[in-house]
Amino acid sequence: MADYHWPPADKRFLIGKSFTRLDGPAKSSGRAKYAYDINRPGMLYGRMVFSPHAHAKIKSIDTAAAEKMPGVRAVVVMFEPGKEVLWAGQEIVALAADTEDQARDAARAVKVDYEVLPHLVSDLTPEKAGAGRTSAGSEAKEGDPDAAMATADVKIEGTYGAGIITHCCLEAHGQVTEWEADKLTMWASSQNVTGIAGEMSKALSIPASNVRTITQYMGGGFGSKFGADPWGPACANLSKKAGRPVKMMLERDQELMEAGARPSIYAKVRLGAKKDGTLVAWDSESWGTSGPQGGGNPPIPYVMRAPNRRTKHTAVLTNTGPGRAWRAPNHPQSCVITMCALDDLAAAIPMDPLDFFLKNIEFTGERGKSYHEELLKAADMIDWKKKWRPRGTQDSGPVKRGLGLSIHTWGGGGHQSNATCTIHPDGSVEINIGSQDLGTGTRTIIALVAGETFGLPLSAITVNIGDSRYPASGASGGSTTVGGVSASTRRAATNALNELLAKVAPYLDAKPDDLEAAEGTVRVAQDPGRAMTWNQACAKLGATPIAAAGQRSLDLISSGVGGAQMAEVTVDTETGIVRIEEIVAVQDCGLVLNTKTAESQVFGALIMGVTYALYEEKLMDEQTGLCLNPDMEFYKLAGLADIGKFRVHMMTGPGYDERGVIGLGEPPVVSPGAAISNAVANAIGVRVPTIPITPAKVLAALEGASGTGRA
Amino acid sequence: MEAFAYARPTSQKEALASLGASFEESAVLAGGTDLLSLMKNYVESPKRLVDIRGVKEFGGITRGAEGLRIGATVTLQELADDAGLRKDFPGLVSAAAAVPSMQIRNMGTVAGDLCQRPRCWYFRNGFGLLARDAKGKPLVPGGDNRYHAILGNEGPAYFVNPSSLAPVLIALGAEVEIAGEKGTRKELLERFYRAPRTEHEREYTLAPSEIVTAVLLPKGAEQWRTAVYEVREKQALDWPLAAASVALRIDGGTVREARIVMGHVAPVPWRAQEAERALAGKAPDAESAAKAGEAAVRGAHPLSGNKYKVQLARVAVKRAILEAGRA
Repeated sequence: MADYHWPPADKRFLIGKSFTRLDGPAKSSGRAKYAYDINRPGMLYGRMVFSPHAHAKIKSIDTAAAEKMPGVRAVVVMFEPGKEVLWAGQEIVALAADTEDQARDAARAVKVDYEVLPHLVSDLTPEKAGAGRTSAGSEAKEGDPDAAMATADVKIEGTYGAGIITHCCLEAHGQVTEWEADKLTMWASSQNVTGIAGEMSKALSIPASNVRTITQYMGGGFGSKFGADPWGPACANLSKKAGRPVKMMLERDQELMEAGARPSIYAKVRLGAKKDGTLVAWDSESWGTSGPQGGGNPPIPYVMRAPNRRTKHTAVLTNTGPGRAWRAPNHPQSCVITMCALDDLAAAIPMDPLDFFLKNIEFTGERGKSYHEELLKAADMIDWKKKWRPRGTQDSGPVKRGLGLSIHTWGGGGHQSNATCTIHPDGSVEINIGSQDLGTGTRTIIALVAGETFGLPLSAITVNIGDSRYPASGASGGSTTVGGVSASTRRAATNALNELLAKVAPYLDAKPDDLEAAEGTVRVAQDPGRAMTWNQACAKLGATPIAAAGQRSLDLISSGVGGAQMAEVTVDTETGIVRIEEIVAVQDCGLVLNTKTAESQVFGALIMGVTYALYEEKLMDEQTGLCLNPDMEFYKLAGLADIGKFRVHMMTGPGYDERGVIGLGEPPVVSPGAAISNAVANAIGVRVPTIPITPAKVLAALEGASGTGRA
Repeated sequence: MEAFAYARPTSQKEALASLGASFEESAVLAGGTDLLSLMKNYVESPKRLVDIRGVKEFGGITRGAEGLRIGATVTLQELADDAGLRKDFPGLVSAAAAVPSMQIRNMGTVAGDLCQRPRCWYFRNGFGLLARDAKGKPLVPGGDNRYHAILGNEGPAYFVNPSSLAPVLIALGAEVEIAGEKGTRKELLERFYRAPRTEHEREYTLAPSEIVTAVLLPKGAEQWRTAVYEVREKQALDWPLAAASVALRIDGGTVREARIVMGHVAPVPWRAQEAERALAGKAPDAESAAKAGEAAVRGAHPLSGNKYKVQLARVAVKRAILEAGRA
């Protein structure tokens, strides 16, 4: 009988090797159909009307003129008059017309009467925002921070933080909806193909069994595409009214204004250490805005936690678009605040930050040993000990070079997942899971796990995902997918295999327990000569395929990962332009299934990291309450020429592999902001307190340091 | 985008006949890289587009007795790829080649670069070229003006001229050739631009009934040594934060005459005459270049959020001079 557990290292034939993702050719040749690519016969185009005001009461909505516009087939009011819109970009009316242009023109004919109310869209401190604009977040105390601070030989004080950014998914949010009698099909760009079916059924008051959602491919979600959103049901209602399929995707401006923002977080930090570098106390007051929502509990101090500490967080309520989970929610901002403060403390001692982090590694908790190994590995890769120089000891010339480091963590435990496995009599194998591939390589991972189980290559496995008709699986968020689907696939495939072995055993004159599936055969494990090919074995099934189910189980997975990153940058001190020379990333995530897609996840995270460290910011205008850069000219994303050289090392082997599978999507995106900021500080001798690190901020920091404003 | 009529003339005469008396009535379409975005966002909604790509005499690069003629519809990529231009006008070619994205260079044209509208985000968000709210209050001085003007910004215009080619062309003494119903006129490119005083004025002298047909470089222009330095935040797909174009006549290691024009710092391409005087008679070395950079921004009055651009402009001038001096 085959056993569920992951095979030991010497028995793995696919796990841990590198495989190109299975859907790469479909994507690169344009055959892969994203929600945006779905076109149905008779399909209409939907468009929403958005509030141009950041805060207003809606007095009345008049759609009469819009309804008479050419091509308009249906109009749905999405907002109740009398209620208040809380950000510019909030949706009010949806309509559908024969062409996209007609829908856009008709949307402009909708008359909404607003009573404009005072707004706040600036990213302010709680004091400046005022009493009515704040909500208390978490507050905590550990040990005796005041007494400990008094014993510190070196103390520093600083303000650090990260502004608001958006998700800026390259495929916008949206869907195509189509009714057949009372049954709805929705092609959505979604991280949650199973979950949004239920959400749609509730919003439309129809049985969940009447809703089918499909997400075969998607162009990015990053935490912003968990829900059906207001536009999901609105699109279905337009479809119903018009009796035609409707496609309603957000346009870039709408996408940036309201379809996802990472909250800002800033903190005033005081911290202290002994002369020898031992960290003794942390004291911080943090704040930030997530739009109109309150709350917030950022993990500050992050990973490396001084034994005595006091923290307090306050949320500032603003009329910016609502916050959504952004790849490792709260971690990148908390990491910047903590790692930059620690780096400044090391510089004040003065101490090489690598030595300082190693010295205090026990304050990272139970994963200290991994962090120690990862820091040393990263230092070796970037040649830290040879290249690092203290701040302010740079060569002459306007371009300065610097090194910075950071460490991070994440959970990544697998979500609930169900899989079915079918073995057909002709030897073909299918796995069905109601999961989705965000672009992370989920399809490939599922095929790899099934292939490993059956001793078959990836190409022998057909993976069916991205459809709510398949067995329920969790939303792809929190780096939970790989754990969920690998465990459910492993169990379903093993259950199916055991049925096959039972069927085949008599033909090999063996007991099922003595058989194994390996190298394309079913054979007696102790006597591999007694074998039949996989296809011969499956032929013994007669006319009926095997269908077996499996559920995620905790014995195959784990959670809690770490990583260390180091960045080398150059800064032109005359222009403030920062360039990435190199970033090295060392990452653990338990048992690595596919080394290539794991490394790809880290590469992608580093690109996003460079982008938020240096370029991107959602810029709001207090005068008008509007986002000034809801476009991709001034909402800046890093391009190939901007990212420098990346090198990735996955920690594997004893101490890592036996933990089982753990998610990887989030953790590597946490450290780049802090590592780059620390490298910039090392290069120019002074801290740029907040990210993104723009030329204006670099020049201002240098001016503050020199008092002249001239570099 | 509002519905529009589309004309595709094949001669200058037909093209002029298709134009109306106002920019609301008609607009000239060439590459469309800027105009179509403006139309999609309803910032401009001309009733008729006059596509001039079918007019042969508006294209091509030709050399004649009077100098060099670059047709209006020559694309930025054609300009960047022209071997003769690369030899004679390296600054012009580098400015064209630096325009972000191959797509824009392949579609965008020389005249389109000169006539593109400012990228001021208030303008692009529907608050008009002078960026005022419903009550007439100017939004730039109290708003996010990180990319706005540091020179010539006394108002009412605060945007910066976005052209990539204009500064270097002005430094080379270029003229624009403009066809209108009364015939063809030539105007120094430097005088083509203006800071509008009212919302009804454009940022250039072109009338709605006119078409820019070519850019003319005077004979002997190739004797100037040119260089362009643009400060970009990103290397990929980004507009310059500040830029400087420099043309030098150097004789025996000494700058006999200098023309220095800054881009992205003022509502018009900004001629830095004080810097030109500072450089004249000096060797184009680090010291004189730094002094010229200093002189170039002496009159700068940064707004609340763009002081850093003063430094960027200063450095751009310095570095462009050093590069032109090395050439």
